[in-house]
Amino acid sequence: MQKVYTKIESIVGNVITVRATGVKNSDLAEVSGANGKSYANVIKLDRDLVSLQVFSGTQGISTGDSVRFLGHPLRVSYTDALLGRVFDGSGKPRDNGPDLNENMIEIAGSSVNPSKRIIPRKMVRTGIPMIDMFNTLVESQKLPIFSVSGEPYNQLLARIAMQAEVDLIVLGGMGLKYDDYLFFRNTLEKSGAMSRTIMFIHTASDPTVECTLVPDLALAVAERFALDGKRVLCLLTDMTNYCDAQKEMAITMDQVPSNRGYPGDLYSTLASRYEKAVDFDDAGSLTILAVTTMPGDDVTHPVPDNTGYITEGQFYLKNGHIEPFGSLSRLKQQVNGKTRDDHRALMDAMIKLYAAYNDTLEKKSMGFMMTDWDDKLLKYGQRFEHELMDLSVNIPLESALDLGWKILASCFDRNETGLKTDLIERYWPQE
Amino acid sequence: MANKTGHVVSVNGNMVNVEFDTSITKNEVAYIIVGGTRLKSEVIRINGNVASLQVYEMTTGVAVGDEVEFTGELLSVELGPGLLSQIYDGLQNPLPELAQQCGYFLQRGVYLDAIPDKDWDFTAIKKEGDTVEAGDTLGTVPEGAFTHHIMVPFNLEGQWRIEKIVPSGTYNVHSEIAVISNEKGEKKSLSMIFDWPVKKAIKCYQERLMPDEPMVTKIRIIDTFLPVAKGGTYCTPGPFGAGKTVLQHLTSRNAEVDIVIIAACGERAGEVVEVLKEFPELIDPKTGRSLMERTIIICNTSSMPVAAREASVYTAATLAEYYRNMGLNVLLLADSTSRWAQAMREMSGRLEEIPGEEAFPAYLESRISEFYERAGKVRLKDGTVASVTIGGTVSPAGGNFEEPVTQATLKVVGAFHGLSRERSDARKYPAIDPLDSWSKYSGIIDKNRVNRAYSILSRGNEVSQMMKVVGEEGTSLEDYIIYQKGELLDAVYLQQNSFDPVDFAVIPERQKETFDVLYDILTSDYTMESKADVRVFFNAVRQAFLDWNGIALDDEKYQQYKTRLVDTYKEKVRA
Repeated sequence: MQKVYTKIESIVGNVITVRATGVKNSDLAEVSGANGKSYANVIKLDRDLVSLQVFSGTQGISTGDSVRFLGHPLRVSYTDALLGRVFDGSGKPRDNGPDLNENMIEIAGSSVNPSKRIIPRKMVRTGIPMIDMFNTLVESQKLPIFSVSGEPYNQLLARIAMQAEVDLIVLGGMGLKYDDYLFFRNTLEKSGAMSRTIMFIHTASDPTVECTLVPDLALAVAERFALDGKRVLCLLTDMTNYCDAQKEMAITMDQVPSNRGYPGDLYSTLASRYEKAVDFDDAGSLTILAVTTMPGDDVTHPVPDNTGYITEGQFYLKNGHIEPFGSLSRLKQQVNGKTRDDHRALMDAMIKLYAAYNDTLEKKSMGFMMTDWDDKLLKYGQRFEHELMDLSVNIPLESALDLGWKILASCFDRNETGLKTDLIERYWPQE
Repeated sequence: MANKTGHVVSVNGNMVNVEFDTSITKNEVAYIIVGGTRLKSEVIRINGNVASLQVYEMTTGVAVGDEVEFTGELLSVELGPGLLSQIYDGLQNPLPELAQQCGYFLQRGVYLDAIPDKDWDFTAIKKEGDTVEAGDTLGTVPEGAFTHHIMVPFNLEGQWRIEKIVPSGTYNVHSEIAVISNEKGEKKSLSMIFDWPVKKAIKCYQERLMPDEPMVTKIRIIDTFLPVAKGGTYCTPGPFGAGKTVLQHLTSRNAEVDIVIIAACGERAGEVVEVLKEFPELIDPKTGRSLMERTIIICNTSSMPVAAREASVYTAATLAEYYRNMGLNVLLLADSTSRWAQAMREMSGRLEEIPGEEAFPAYLESRISEFYERAGKVRLKDGTVASVTIGGTVSPAGGNFEEPVTQATLKVVGAFHGLSRERSDARKYPAIDPLDSWSKYSGIIDKNRVNRAYSILSRGNEVSQMMKVVGEEGTSLEDYIIYQKGELLDAVYLQQNSFDPVDFAVIPERQKETFDVLYDILTSDYTMESKADVRVFFNAVRQAFLDWNGIALDDEKYQQYKTRLVDTYKEKVRA
């Protein structure tokens, strides 16, 4: 029934064309020849001319290779056997485990009906004070980590993967250095978090096409687990590599580029992935945390810019810590009123004082005289940076709040903090 | 009627080429039949016997040779009672009903009736033998707080005679209300529902009027300094995080209009959810009913199919015009027009058209002006004055206003509310930049006084720029006072706390009263010796002013706070 085609008409970039009939858009095909086998999917149909992008790249493909259409789009297995496993960008095992072919589900499914969405209401605890206390992560939130290359963003993700209070982690790696992949695997294995993790990894040396499939695979699986009542956290790194792969594909396909070479549908492409984040009323939830490296630390670059319009805030990772100023969790208001009654007030007060510390630093660097108040701020700022901002700090929210009060008390008098009197009376540490 | 059909010859993303052998119309709706599902699409180009269709759904699974049905009808929406408080997608599919049928996910190829199948209390206005024309009211039904006019379909030409009209009573929305005929002997049966093609403006009115009456938003910076007129247009460009959507939500809650239509076009679904969950709880002070009853939401969020996003703003505009034709004032808010423009760009790319700037199609500007021109204040045939006001947000790449969509929009709108990153970073909300923005409409306060206040603001800004170079020491006392006046104007009038239960919405009368006091403060001369005095004085005035802003009009302390403010500044005024 499945006819095999043995004449490839053209091979350009990662795209091949064959003459075939009865083929459906987005269908999967298997291309096999002397240099091995690879999957490919249909991206364009023009009468009997079918264009396919070959997942493993077209290097070594001969015009005489055979193409067999499988009659369905790319699918991924969805079973509990996925847990603890590592796959590549075409869904094949990367560890030495067996192939999974049970209960195949389609990737890149339709989006959730907006009228079925609910207002997010549960926080995700990570043990990182800069997140939990100052920019709370909320279930169903989509948040990027804007980072300059060279920052420890993968370390941060790995820590979140180990500590986040969720049922399941799905990690999608795009264009990862092999060392980074090993780092993720080793760290998660050592901490025991691997048993609740599923990894889809595309490394920098793998074919480009597979890079563009990683988010779809990861999110399709994550979404199904969420539907089955799990609280899922999907970590994606690095979305800039994903966008660059999209750019490469678009340009090989002769698409007119819009901004700095990126395709005109970059916004929609990113949005349809990020919008998978959801909280189901009577099932689980899917939260997305994605690294976006900013080329040249430029937030107006098309990738971070489009991302910012889609996501619900952003974390800025700079100089080894999460910046308190540019970072924003748009959903934190939904949850931080319900944690502890001093949470919001303490958060605001500490940030204001930290801003004042920065002004003082500037004054100091210009050689101005330091007043008593300036000295207090300097002491405060240093303690704040070491004890709360530092990425290695690992304490639950309540301890972070207590620590905040302790830092304030060690640096300031009661009436210097701008906090309400009744809160001070209840929380100010007694000497 | 013999169905016109064709078959698919090529597929490229959401564009499908179809070979046909009969006659077809550009922009007519066609269905691609894939397995058992019918995918809605629109003919956007015809070349020889090949038609290019933009498909409103994902094209996964479409194959060469698939059958296509042409309907002969342009992309239309259903107009009739029951539209209010509905939540539609870009093609007028009711989303809650869709959810009941398909569950959590949107399913392609499922199209439901837009207008709920319901009975209405019909009151006939016309009687048998009357002559009517398009847009005339046959009778009315009560729809929430509004009198919904059942009109003669807008596409009928010439004079028609009512052959039969039902007496007042309860009828189903689909049942026959009247039968009309014209001189040529054509007969038409009318129900409460009729269709209208979305991309065509409804022109059933007598004349267009100058938009000269302010549309009150209860936001001070807008009503006083950058007003919008009923029947006018305005745009709100801004970088991400500057508060475009919050500003639009506030406007949709507080605007003094009859009906609000929100077109959430290509933005976050979460934002729509907030409206969905909040509006039914909020009370419209004008009607005493829930805000949802005056609202229609057209929701085509960023992950929904792109082509339907393109249609969604037209769907919204058509519904707005329909309610306008009942004599109502309608506000259409589109968030964001950039996403709509991007949808056009994607399609243009697939059609391999020669790209313009940043790959946007060459017709971008004409499409944008066509859309904004659907706003307007009109006199209807029965003499009633009604309006459609359009406000659109723009999401410029990198927050840079020098991009095609912002520039094309600025050419056609009557007011520009540019949001700035600096103001939002400094937590000065609403983050509308008072110096860059402009409005061609007149607001609730006398223009000369507004201009005077404006000049103080811009002088104050100049001084503040200068002070960054020469320091406070190098600034004269006189200049320093102007600087402080500018800061005061900003802090107590331009900024408004949208989370404050009193300050979030300020009625025009109160704005006038506040402005009078502020104007007096700004234009008075003061006796002060040193900059320290000036600083202390303005701090005190600001504090007193903010206290007054924060107290409700009907609170007994209202007068007391006002007096305290006046006493505070009068003390230092030079006699």
